Amino acid sequence: MSYTEIMLISSIKVIVVVLAVLTGCAYSTWLERKLVGHFQHRIGPNVAGPFGLLQPIADAIKLVFKEDIVPNNVERITYALAPIVVFIPALLSFAVVPFGDKVTMFGYQIDMVISDLDIGVLFVFAVTSLGVYGIVLAGWSSGSKYSLLGGVRSSAQMISYEVAYGLSIIGVLVIAGTLSMKELVAQQSSFFDWFIFRQPVGFVLYVICAIAETNRAPFDLPEAESELVAGYHTEYSSMRFAMFFIGEYANMLAVSCVATTIFLGGWQGPLLPPIIWFAIKVALFMSFYIWLRATLPRLRYDQLMNFGWKVLFPLALLNVMVTALIYRL
Amino acid sequence: MTEAAGKKTMTLNMGPQHPATHGVLRVELELDGETVVKATPHVGYLHTGIEKTAESKLYYKVIPMTDRMDYLAPMSNNLGFCLAVEKLLGLEMPERVVYARVILTELTRIASHLVWVGTHALDLGAMSMLLYAFREREMILDIYEACSGQRMMSTYFRIGGLAYDLPDDFEKRVKNILKVIPERLKDYERLLNDNKIFRSRTIGVGVISAEDAINCSLSGPCLRGSGVNYDVRKANPYCGYDKFDFEVPLGKNGDVYDRYLIRMEEMRQSLRIVKQALEGMPPGPYRVHAPGIVLPPKEDVLSKMESLIFHFKIITEGFKPPRGAVYQAIESPKGELGYYISSDGTNKPHRMRVRPPSFINLSALPEMVEGRLMADVIAVIGSIDIVLGEVDR
Repeated sequence: MSYTEIMLISSIKVIVVVLAVLTGCAYSTWLERKLVGHFQHRIGPNVAGPFGLLQPIADAIKLVFKEDIVPNNVERITYALAPIVVFIPALLSFAVVPFGDKVTMFGYQIDMVISDLDIGVLFVFAVTSLGVYGIVLAGWSSGSKYSLLGGVRSSAQMISYEVAYGLSIIGVLVIAGTLSMKELVAQQSSFFDWFIFRQPVGFVLYVICAIAETNRAPFDLPEAESELVAGYHTEYSSMRFAMFFIGEYANMLAVSCVATTIFLGGWQGPLLPPIIWFAIKVALFMSFYIWLRATLPRLRYDQLMNFGWKVLFPLALLNVMVTALIYRL
Repeated sequence: MTEAAGKKTMTLNMGPQHPATHGVLRVELELDGETVVKATPHVGYLHTGIEKTAESKLYYKVIPMTDRMDYLAPMSNNLGFCLAVEKLLGLEMPERVVYARVILTELTRIASHLVWVGTHALDLGAMSMLLYAFREREMILDIYEACSGQRMMSTYFRIGGLAYDLPDDFEKRVKNILKVIPERLKDYERLLNDNKIFRSRTIGVGVISAEDAINCSLSGPCLRGSGVNYDVRKANPYCGYDKFDFEVPLGKNGDVYDRYLIRMEEMRQSLRIVKQALEGMPPGPYRVHAPGIVLPPKEDVLSKMESLIFHFKIITEGFKPPRGAVYQAIESPKGELGYYISSDGTNKPHRMRVRPPSFINLSALPEMVEGRLMADVIAVIGSIDIVLGEVDR
């Protein structure tokens, strides 16, 4: 392939993936509202389109046309920057997620991944951790005390789970001996090779930390509605708020995709095409998130720190040690 | 940022518009990090002047205003006022009225506690509970509607009885509630009691000792949570509560969790009382016969001259109770709800004063939250179970 062809194919892939992710985010909100509705003996959105399927579009239109209110005492530059800092890293992590096997289209061999980095896993963890800066900056620059508390909580929360988050997948990496997402999928070719069976503790730890990473219930302290009104995004409106919103859902999708790739065999599965299998696994993971949100109360800030440092962190360390002893001795 | 006691603290104004202050309560918090150094509740944003307005209204016209105080327990408010005026007049109620009132106020207690458990869980982040609790409350509101035509501001009790007779399907509806709610309560407890996060958010939070609770003059579940056995229904029985067999649940630690357990148990005890009252309710008139005070039956108004005159007189100029003052307390869902009414012999109260349980219970808030985290303030406000309409009146 010539240089131009590679550029062209990559650009098309990027556009397709970004659009798919944004659509995925929109329909995650639909799924969430529908599922939570049913959990709570309600119907959920059902007016816009069949089964309320056009609801996300209606929501988007509403948010775009809302007035963008900027309070007087904000730090203007950081205030404008913060939603972007949340939004962009959330999208970046999809660059290394493999959505399927090689396919042949128009005579080209196309990989169903934007970029197969050798350090794919590391890249994902690096960029998803950046999102917290956006939250802290938003909290600080809003000039509101509730936002400030949300931002402070977010940074404290990040410190307490990030270590365990990183350690939770070390077990898998020790077994696999690679950081490439594609290679990880290749190593889970049969059902019982899935890393969830070889690393059950690691999987549980990953799920818990991923919830904290994406600020979802029961770890939604930075935006705890009943305590901090809306936390770090209290002062945001219109598209700026929407960017936080999409960022949060993109992050959820990202950690779900990573979990699918690392623990659930990625796009592999019988009969159905790979991309469908991938979507099913991600959707299951997202539903689990939503289920938790509909069920659990919120932890308190000090309880989360305790949990992170006294339970998750030692457990993750232990898991790494045991894995290393079993597989590498 | 302000300097206080050598430490830098931040003053956070929580409310009057805040999702978890249950209305328009404003709490001024002085925070050191997220630790509450000082909490000052400010009230008065919903002041409606009900006590003062009552002085310029005929007695029976005060009843609709009492609904608006604790709007989650309208029947209890009606009952307190009606009992007080009946005491002033020296009226004895027929059995059927007494039993109907007991059933309806106990259902009101359940309805109020259901709203409480829903909002309390919502404040702690368990949002589904709210919808479940409201689903059950709906059945009770349906009964209100069947009785009075109104779902929230029922104004069903009258001085000297009820506004109308109970609806035909009353018994069926109440029996349905007796059947359904115990099952649902079990579901709630599975969702909350067994949940580690809920327990860790509530156990040992917002503790108030029995002594402090008495000194703050707390009442209702807030007082009993600290282990003080005081329930107006047992201590000063009204409406024949001494005839019913029920227990008063008591807590030990005086924390949010104990107050939660007590309210859950109170709902069960209320169901017990409702069951006994439903079985014991005799047929009979739904109003006492007291010409000149209580409206005569409608058929009589249409056919008898005296009744027509009484009807006209009561509606236009009310009745004149003898001079004197009474205090009547009832156990509302929130605690001891008392009405003090002094009469100067005219057709309007000379002074009406309400002892609002929410307001007095709220005064213990600083005691419960100071030194704890901000998230606990939410849990504690929820556990006190305030209704701002009653706090400000």
